[in-house]
Amino acid sequence: MTSTGLQDKRWLDPDATPFIEFRNVSKTYQGVPAVKDVNLSIYQNELFCLLGGSGSGKTTLLRMLAGFETPTSGSVWIDGVDVTDWPPYERPVNMMFQSYALFPHMTVYDNIAYGLKRDGMPKPEIRERVEELLGLVRLSGFANRKPEQLSGGQRQRVALARALAKRPKVLLLDEPLGALDKNLREDTQLELIKIQESLGMTFIVVTHDQEEAMTLATRIGVMDEGYLVQTDEPHTIYEYPSSKYVADFIGDINLFECVVTETESGDLSLYSAEIEAGLCPPTSFAAPLNQTLWYAIRPEKMRLSREPVDADNVLSGIVHEIAYLGDFSVYWVDLDSGFRIRVSRPNISRLDHFAESWDERVYITWGQDAGVVLTQ
Amino acid sequence: MKPLGLPKFKNGHRWVAWVPTLWLLLFFLIPFLVVAKISLSEAAIAMPPYLPVIEWVESGVAQIRLNVGNYLFIIEDPLYAASYWESVRIALVSTLVTLLIGYPMAHVIAMSPEPRRTLLLILVILPFWTSFLLRVYAWIAILKTNGLLNSVLLHVGLISEPLVILQTDVAVYLGIAYTYLPFMVLPLYAALSRLDRTLLEASADLGATPWVSFFTVTLPLTLPGIFAGSLLVFVPAIGEFVIPALLGGNDTLMIGKVLWNEFFANRDWPIASAVAIIMLCLIVGPLMWLNRLQAKQEQGA
Repeated sequence: MTSTGLQDKRWLDPDATPFIEFRNVSKTYQGVPAVKDVNLSIYQNELFCLLGGSGSGKTTLLRMLAGFETPTSGSVWIDGVDVTDWPPYERPVNMMFQSYALFPHMTVYDNIAYGLKRDGMPKPEIRERVEELLGLVRLSGFANRKPEQLSGGQRQRVALARALAKRPKVLLLDEPLGALDKNLREDTQLELIKIQESLGMTFIVVTHDQEEAMTLATRIGVMDEGYLVQTDEPHTIYEYPSSKYVADFIGDINLFECVVTETESGDLSLYSAEIEAGLCPPTSFAAPLNQTLWYAIRPEKMRLSREPVDADNVLSGIVHEIAYLGDFSVYWVDLDSGFRIRVSRPNISRLDHFAESWDERVYITWGQDAGVVLTQ
Repeated sequence: MKPLGLPKFKNGHRWVAWVPTLWLLLFFLIPFLVVAKISLSEAAIAMPPYLPVIEWVESGVAQIRLNVGNYLFIIEDPLYAASYWESVRIALVSTLVTLLIGYPMAHVIAMSPEPRRTLLLILVILPFWTSFLLRVYAWIAILKTNGLLNSVLLHVGLISEPLVILQTDVAVYLGIAYTYLPFMVLPLYAALSRLDRTLLEASADLGATPWVSFFTVTLPLTLPGIFAGSLLVFVPAIGEFVIPALLGGNDTLMIGKVLWNEFFANRDWPIASAVAIIMLCLIVGPLMWLNRLQAKQEQGA
């Protein structure tokens, strides 16, 4: 979605200077840790998504960047300056609040102009800037409305315009699209990307919606229980999750607990008691014998057939349930061991009379490198 | 779905509305009419000390004598206008003093975490549990020439001779502010605790220092609370009698005192009643105007 030529991927360049840095940041509320030892570098023009469930610490991390919370330990840097102890009104960042936090006693115009007035910008310039922003968020003609006279989507756009008004170096967005319905949300996601690209700003978005993160982000940071558990590009997060938590949180996945064994020829192999089957590990897999680990395979990486097919990995079971979701269908298959796995298949033709059906025996196959092995 | 509720009292809300209506009728409207009637009669050395408004002159003929002379007298004698003005002035200053003390208090309480918040609220209401008169007398002990305040200030060396506060307007302002403070603090507290804190985060985020945030966000959004609290202090303060009588000087001539004098010293009930009626009109007029203004503002918002 975003133009990510290799030259744009600054995070791959070891010499690039980060624009925003969290250095060993921890935050504790009355003895309860909310953020634990986070190290994170975000680069200019990134659209970075902090993804996690509620209570994962993602919002706290964002609020520390905005200046509403002070880290218990560690430091926060913006553009090479330690801003850890700076009050919010001195930081070069602006935030779009989850609740929008529009000033109810001010018109749309005054809401957007609020930050500019604080900077002492001359009135004609303010007028010009506000008109321009109203155009950008397609709300021209709404300048004199009060927030309560606007719909949810319109308020969200006013909040965006207000946060953009001062042309901050960094825009922070806390669950920006949470309150919008699905269609509006998708449109707005694309719009956000367009605005971010055209203004050349750094966006940091907090969301619990993995689809939203995948759509928007140049990179995603996944948070769990205060830890930043993985920071990578969306496809890396999806295809190469670093832990069971990430694998499970982003998309759907089948997880089998395995032990490392050895074949007669001396190659490493995996055996899972849960599915009562051996599995072929990915190429370049290395681990000590008898180690317990997890084999993870996404539903869409597996194939279903009535006849046994020769493949690196083959399982067999009975179709328990089929969910038709329009663009694809999900099959829940009960293996002979009793373990239930999930296989999905795109609905390529309109009416697939030959498709496998309930209570039929099916074979599930996948290639050697379709799955990943996780150690935590 | 069948509507729930008590079918026997289908018009229950109408019955409920009767209770306050009856209350107001009995204890407000009827006394008001009585006072209005007395204000239109003539003073006399009699029991009660005024002439009846309606009199049977001969069989079948009732004579109604409406004496507007009391009102004319009040309007003509500058003493009354002066004391009305004095009352309004003292009430205004006292309300302002109460607001300036009450707003920071309410702010601190509203921003305090539980359970400190509840404790502070109880402390605000606590003085109500002792006698009002006792508390005003306590102020005499504090403010008099050789009172607590002067002894402390003299002892510390801040002043070289005692301050004269008692029997001045300042003592009246202090007394009214002290007495009516809870009426100011509670509505302000309600308004401040309703305030969405993320709005203050938003203003800080957009570059407003805490003071600017206060004047551009907190203050405008708590204006209804300021209005409510100020009215609750201002209205009773205009008619205040005990506080100016005990703490004020002889030249502190508030309308409550004038009324008391007319009633008890002069035994001129009609004039006293007329003074009361005019005071009521003076308060109710602006009040209704303010009420309408606020309603209009809420509609427009």
